[in-house]
Amino acid sequence: MSWEVVMGLEVHLQLATKSKIFSGAANQFGADPNVQACAVDLGMPGMLPVLNSEALRYAVMFGLAIDARLGKRSVFDRKNYFYPDLPKGYQVSQFFEPIVCEGQFDIPMEDGSLFPVRITRAHLEEDAGKSVHDAYTGQTGVDLNRAGTPLLEIVTEPDFRTAAQAVAYLKALHSLAIYLGISDGNMAEGSMRCDINISLRPTGSEAFGTRTEIKNVNSFKFVEKAIAIETERQQDVLESGGTITQETRLYDADKNETRAMRSKEVANDYRYFPEPDLLPIIIDDEYIDAIKGALPELPRIKRSRFMSDYELGQYDAALLVDTPTLANYFEAAAIKSKAPKLTANWILGDLAGALNRENLEIGESPVSAEALAGLIIRIADSTLSSKLAKQVFEGLWQHEGTADAIIETRGLKQVTDTGALEAMVDQVIANHPDQVTQYRAAEESKQKKLVGFFVGQVMKASKGQANPQRLNTLLISKLGES
Amino acid sequence: MTREALTTASATELSSALKTAEISAVELTKACIDAISAHNGSINAVVTLCEESALAEAKAADLQLRDGTAGPLTGIPLLHKDIFCTQNVATTCASKMLANFIPPYDATVVSRLRAAGTVMLGKTNMDEFAMGSSTETSVFGVTRNPWDLNCVPGGSSGGAAAAVAAGFAPLSTGTDTGGSIRQPASLCGVTGLKPTYGRVSRLGIIAFASSLDQAGPMTRTVEDAALMLQAMSGVDAGDSTSADLDVPDFTAGLNQPIAGLKIGIPKEYFNHNLDQRVAEKIHEALDELVKEGAELIDIDLPHTEQGIATYYIIAPAEASTNLSRYDGVRFGHRCDNPQNLTDLYERSRSEGFGEEVQRRILVGTYALSAGFYDAYFKKAQQVRRLISEDFQKAFERCDVIAGPAAPGTAFPLGAKSDDPLAMYLEDIYTLSVNLAGLPGLSIPAGLIDGMPVGLQLIGRSFDETTLLRVGHRFQLCTNHHRAKPTLAGAKP
Repeated sequence: MSWEVVMGLEVHLQLATKSKIFSGAANQFGADPNVQACAVDLGMPGMLPVLNSEALRYAVMFGLAIDARLGKRSVFDRKNYFYPDLPKGYQVSQFFEPIVCEGQFDIPMEDGSLFPVRITRAHLEEDAGKSVHDAYTGQTGVDLNRAGTPLLEIVTEPDFRTAAQAVAYLKALHSLAIYLGISDGNMAEGSMRCDINISLRPTGSEAFGTRTEIKNVNSFKFVEKAIAIETERQQDVLESGGTITQETRLYDADKNETRAMRSKEVANDYRYFPEPDLLPIIIDDEYIDAIKGALPELPRIKRSRFMSDYELGQYDAALLVDTPTLANYFEAAAIKSKAPKLTANWILGDLAGALNRENLEIGESPVSAEALAGLIIRIADSTLSSKLAKQVFEGLWQHEGTADAIIETRGLKQVTDTGALEAMVDQVIANHPDQVTQYRAAEESKQKKLVGFFVGQVMKASKGQANPQRLNTLLISKLGES
Repeated sequence: MTREALTTASATELSSALKTAEISAVELTKACIDAISAHNGSINAVVTLCEESALAEAKAADLQLRDGTAGPLTGIPLLHKDIFCTQNVATTCASKMLANFIPPYDATVVSRLRAAGTVMLGKTNMDEFAMGSSTETSVFGVTRNPWDLNCVPGGSSGGAAAAVAAGFAPLSTGTDTGGSIRQPASLCGVTGLKPTYGRVSRLGIIAFASSLDQAGPMTRTVEDAALMLQAMSGVDAGDSTSADLDVPDFTAGLNQPIAGLKIGIPKEYFNHNLDQRVAEKIHEALDELVKEGAELIDIDLPHTEQGIATYYIIAPAEASTNLSRYDGVRFGHRCDNPQNLTDLYERSRSEGFGEEVQRRILVGTYALSAGFYDAYFKKAQQVRRLISEDFQKAFERCDVIAGPAAPGTAFPLGAKSDDPLAMYLEDIYTLSVNLAGLPGLSIPAGLIDGMPVGLQLIGRSFDETTLLRVGHRFQLCTNHHRAKPTLAGAKP
């Protein structure tokens, strides 16, 4: 039987506000345990939450960026469960009336198409602290620095059918968060964590199968692997006649497996009810318009602009707008070189490859946008063949100067001068009379192949600097004379 | 001023004597401490006495009084209910759970009253976590009514009411979630005001039911309540539910006449639940107001009876989650040798919380549970709205509403301890006011067999001014508030 995978994603995005969502404590990663937790974060008796207006603004920015309906009135609720790293015994979240309602997020796919993802909702909530299991033998420590970190939980409809779609969505979400400046996007530090709801159904079937939820996957690679391994597991269960238990599972990256969480780790009844310590959030059009007016150029707008202004394809444009830094780099280089398509190819090809090899971000590139443009200009005006261009690029990477300076010092200029080429061609023809005879006797279809020999000889004589197109034209014309 | 007057006069009177240097703040503070030393052994109203710091504060107040920087409350001794967090002074909520809790911060109310120059004498007894109407569920033992030591003082602010009645302090703070200021004020013969929800910051007050809790003054006169409310009120950036409204001058209009004022009398407050002798006292009190030119109007508050059920879903629901933080992990009581996490939770909470608190946590948890939420909590929220609408409709026809604060006078210790429902009925006339968020005032209206009766006045939202004006007028033309218990049989 063939199966279709159905997935919905819940992403917890940590918002990069200066202070926590309900207290004035600093919202930063990496401090010593429990030094960034004030009386409110500790859930001390009598303490009360006060909403951080920046967290609200970030949530509204996100809602506007995905064209979502905004909750003009939204309400915080308490989600009740006991755990040592949850100081109050409840998490303040939004359950009944979220700040961001239905929206749609179009994800550019590799084949150039757009994959629409329906966003169900996005709501504000506070993060819990962390239980530290490995610091004390036989004991668990509690670090409440993270308690009260603002989170935006973004929930999708069950629209994903492949891991590639899920990962493309997560990457686009990550990119959007960075564009908006609402998150630092540092996945290794837990700034973006993903829960995957996943089920299988026979291909062609309408009804959903029973789903499992894989919690807290925190890298694109692990999302891909977790989906693959959970799909395999569910398929094995179903094909051997078993049924899927609706449950929460953990992905263990070391063993590359998912396993059910102990039932004790999962609270079943959160007893949600409106948080009486906070008033409903009421936002008006004036507030929304002010935020809308201050939004940066969004990835999707930039992508369309790159497609029309620079005649790029959907996918190339999407790759180039991944981060504001990359997009700015491209745009600076493209404007200077006046050859945007070639610039895009170089950035996504040789430059990306080189950066990748050395594990560098675009912002750390040894080759500036201006320097790269200098190289592109010399390719576009045929000063450089693509082969020579690679040598110049190497020079740029080594900080040997501008493209023109490198061409000069390394003597890499392509020979395009017709007189110089003609002399070399004449010399080669004179030196190889047998091959000339053979060429001239051959049928036209075979001649194309035979001309390669002469190209090689001239290239050898020119130390690779002959302009291949011109050389070809010249050779065909000279060999044709009898 | 006589020595006796130091422990019976109003704060307003004491303030005048302080300003004319007839008495000193130190002298006044010592008189209060002496009264506590003499009688607290029997009454058990004060659970923590801060003698040393109180005398230091009194000395500082005397300096202010001398250099002319004193305000109306400078040098006036005061007690805080043990639900208000007081920096470096134990704050227990009368629970074993918080027996060892010493807050590193002051509640906003505490810091505001401190800034007003009051002298903090200590902390008063209460029902555990403010859950009760008799101050019998305290880990410190029962508080006794100064008018009859065999009777309860009411609750949950029973320690605060008993302390003011017994001459321990002219002022004390209370909190009122369903009647916890007004009912003990009624039973102890003192003045108690529950302000409009949002008038006074809740920051630093240990939460019982967040949407109902409100702090207020418990005093010997309405005038004192106005002074104290002035110091306590106003928006607090640390409490999102505190109201960002200008605070009126509560004392300015106190002496204005009440002629022409319309007083609504809800017939639901005078039904079979009410002791008929109390009803008579209330009618006598209303006659006094009529003599002053007020007009009585019959009104309906049809959902009064449903108020109890509504309250006993919403308050426990909120309490059940407010009290989740007491888990033995970070502060408060922790059981010995927990075997695992569940054991830590179960034993710490079972040992730390008393029976009534556990009962309400269970009721509240049940009301919020999946499958019951709509039937209980949501339904209660809907009825709560109907109750609010009842009051709104009534206030289209009248300026204040009057009735009893409690269905009877103080009852004997233990009389209702085994009958939670009978105990819950104690708040039948007060808890609707919390559900609607309105201000309510209880003032002494006479004695029945030597035990005090309270007249309750209910006002429009944020209109404490009218309540205080009517209450003050009543105290200008009657002497009920001057009646004092003899403290016969009270021992140190």
